[in-house]
Amino acid sequence: MADPFLSIQHVRKSFGATTVVEDFSLDVEPGEFVSFLGPSGCGKTTVLRMVAGFEEPSAGKIVVAGKDITRLKPNQRNVGMVFQAYALFPNLTVAQNIAFGLKVAGMPKADADRRVAEMLDIIKLPQMGDRYPYQLSGGQQQRIALARAIAPKPKLLLLDEPLSALDAKVRVSLREEIRSIQKKLGITTIFVTHDQEEALSISDRIAVMYGGKAEQVGTPFEIYNRPATKFVANFVGTLNVLEGTVTDAASGMVRVNSQEVALKGKLNGSKSGDTLSLALRPEAISLGRQPGRDSSLAGEISEVHFLGSVIRVRVGIGGSTVSLDTFNSPATPPPAVGEKAEISFASSDMLVLH
Amino acid sequence: MKQGSRFWAWLVFGVGTTYFILPLLATFEFSLRKRRGEYSFDAYRSVFEDPNFQTTFTYSVVVAIFTILLGVLLVVPTAYWIRLRLPNLRPVVEFITLLPLVIPAIVIVFGYIRMFGSNSTLPFLATARGTDVLLVIGYAVLALPYMYRAVDTGLRTIDVRTLTEAAQILGAGWTTIIARIILPNVLIAVLSGAFLSFAIVIGEFTMASLLNRPAFGPYLQNIGANSAYEPSALAIISFAITWGCMSLIQILSRFAPKSANRPN
Ligand SMILES: Nc1ncnc2c1ncn2[C@@H]1O[C@H](COP(=O)(O)OP(=O)(O)OP(=O)(O)O)[C@@H](O)[C@H]1O
Ligand SMILES: [Mg+2]
Repeated sequence: MADPFLSIQHVRKSFGATTVVEDFSLDVEPGEFVSFLGPSGCGKTTVLRMVAGFEEPSAGKIVVAGKDITRLKPNQRNVGMVFQAYALFPNLTVAQNIAFGLKVAGMPKADADRRVAEMLDIIKLPQMGDRYPYQLSGGQQQRIALARAIAPKPKLLLLDEPLSALDAKVRVSLREEIRSIQKKLGITTIFVTHDQEEALSISDRIAVMYGGKAEQVGTPFEIYNRPATKFVANFVGTLNVLEGTVTDAASGMVRVNSQEVALKGKLNGSKSGDTLSLALRPEAISLGRQPGRDSSLAGEISEVHFLGSVIRVRVGIGGSTVSLDTFNSPATPPPAVGEKAEISFASSDMLVLH
Repeated sequence: MKQGSRFWAWLVFGVGTTYFILPLLATFEFSLRKRRGEYSFDAYRSVFEDPNFQTTFTYSVVVAIFTILLGVLLVVPTAYWIRLRLPNLRPVVEFITLLPLVIPAIVIVFGYIRMFGSNSTLPFLATARGTDVLLVIGYAVLALPYMYRAVDTGLRTIDVRTLTEAAQILGAGWTTIIARIILPNVLIAVLSGAFLSFAIVIGEFTMASLLNRPAFGPYLQNIGANSAYEPSALAIISFAITWGCMSLIQILSRFAPKSANRPN
């Protein structure tokens, strides 16, 4: 593997007595798009601000392209940033906003004008150069902010919840646009969000953060399908959690609500008598026995929600409830509440949360 | 009940207006009576033709301009920095900027005379130019409460921290940030502070008189003591200048840059 382009090494940040970021480490490859995902207050912005140079780490090191930038001022870092709050300069036109970084860097006017036009094309707002920020919608303002950030060709692009103030539709289209521009320019990017769908859909890798630490760093596929911790499993996606007791650690037998399930090779280290949290994604469960799904549990249907193409069914198994989705088929009526039902799943899809 | 309260409101308003307008009208009427038996602008003509009027007025305008420059250079970076980095110092700074309203100008100027006399370490008063500088400094202090409040209010309308960081990450240093981002966005506020300073400096008497500078305030006083109709004319002129400044503030505030945080 190539050397990481950005390397955040054992970074810690305290404000007074409270530690907000604890021993955070992350390597980002050149051209990679990494998201920081986590609940409010977990320290995402703080890590990003340390990379930008707005906060100084209490400990640790930040290296970009082999150069230690931990103590460098923000205006010496050649980093682009888009803020959560609309941060266009209200006294400058769109074109002047985009040209700001170029002018500061001393680019001749003709070159800067050309670059501004190129940027306006990239963000698909070629006619907007003469407008003032207050004449733009929120989505347009954030596109301009993106153009302004990438105009000086920064080495690194930092985005702090750039979409959170926008409405849902604009959010989806703009996130895809950000991703495609990022790919086209090949710019190494960190994207902060607390929206898991956003992170899953556009990232090369995701760092799931909780309480100032990176709980897990991995591809969206890994994060979703192989969550490393209970927090990640719960935070990303919908999860059905069942409590189980290990009855035979050697053969991997676990009892769930007085029914036995075989979980071979998943119990690493658990002893007989231990209680475990077992988790299943809704899409890993089917109603009734299905080929390829080797385990099953019996329960009773407690809720049925008809959502059009899919039907969301909730099945009570002892004290817990399991959600699953089945496709609507015009030939078979949906299950009824109160019916006995059997759910089946592949034991290999079962997540054992520690 | 409603009718009654409206009546009283109008009555209070009427009494207030009369209290304010009547002396003004009387002064104006009196200033027109220089020529016996008919109204004329003779008093105004003699004022404008007086070379002392011209020199003192010019002197005060120049001093006012320097006062404004000094005030802006002092207040804008200070208010900006307080908002950005030292928000918990704000009450302290606000208190300090209020002091010139509490401490009489005469106290300040006597302090200056003691501190900066010709045989002190900083002998501002040794030369006329030095005294002018001291006068400008003194006026900047007198205008501080107005200037600081105007600028601080202007800064409140923008997101100082985010705009600063956005400029920083684009490579800008402090001078660029203040000159190209902060100042233009609070320009209207700065101008209203500037016109208030102007109005204060043009009419100020105590400092100019005790520092013995040929300013407009002492000239007004001198004329008032020595002639009959011209002081009234001068009062009206000063009043017109002050009100001109106030109306300019009103007009300029219409052109305040619109905030980008409220897209239409
Ligand atoms: N300057 C500061 N002084 C003191 N505490 C701070 C400061 N900045 C952030 N914090 C605290 O650090 C914690 C993490 O803040 P941070 O802004 O990094 O969270 P976040 O993950 O970005 O949250 P959100 O999703 O709400 O933006 C919060 O508890 C916050 O109160
Ligand atoms: Mg944040």
